[in-house]
Amino acid sequence: MGCIEKMPYEVLLRNVSFGECRDYQKKHYKELYEVKPGHKIFDVYIIGIPPVYIALDGDDVIFPYTKPCHGTFLLKINNPEEAAKIRKT
Amino acid sequence: MNTETQKRALLVMGCPQVPVQTPAVIHISYKLKGEGYKPVIAGTPAANMIIKFSDPKGYYAGELKNLDSEIAKITEEEESYDLCFVFIHNDSGIAYAATMNEILECEIIPVIFGKEAEELSIMAGFSSRLISAEAVHNPKPLISDIDRVMKWAV
Repeated sequence: MGCIEKMPYEVLLRNVSFGECRDYQKKHYKELYEVKPGHKIFDVYIIGIPPVYIALDGDDVIFPYTKPCHGTFLLKINNPEEAAKIRKT
Repeated sequence: MNTETQKRALLVMGCPQVPVQTPAVIHISYKLKGEGYKPVIAGTPAANMIIKFSDPKGYYAGELKNLDSEIAKITEEEESYDLCFVFIHNDSGIAYAATMNEILECEIIPVIFGKEAEELSIMAGFSSRLISAEAVHNPKPLISDIDRVMKWAV
């Protein structure tokens, strides 16, 4: 996970489909930002099927993280700088 | 499009847990060389190791690259290809294919295999050419569909 691995992250969902992550984001968060697949967040590129969302809850950043062998994880990282950056773009 | 004289094709591998992926990658790479392409294979470290030890001198496979690094290069350094194959046997594979479709300007050809090939094929609707077979251990049905779709000249 690069630098994400070294951050205090919470796994909200693990080994699920990309669609399940998106449904969870839409159900549990009001502040959603649509980004394109390949969008860089922290030091990773979001892998996904459009529409791809990043959810914000205060300073919490909630985004899908897909790996070839482990399916998709929905991660939550508290990071005011990244949250502010997403709100600006 | 790639500006170099030789056309380049990117082969994006998925998790190597389904046995037919490796022979399919090597078959496409070998055929692409015959068609004048330079194949570049990108995968996880484990998937790359399987290719490396299956074809130690690289007669069939092309250059091997780390998948995450290659995505970074395409996104940030505008690395380009003339053709891209994405190997898919699970939901992650579809997500990678959709991502390659977004970040590359060339044609993306999904190569779908495994027990869920039929369901996954429905999700790969962004492509005009699609390779698909419910192959897990025996690569023959997948190789046959690759050759049927690609109509190789050589």
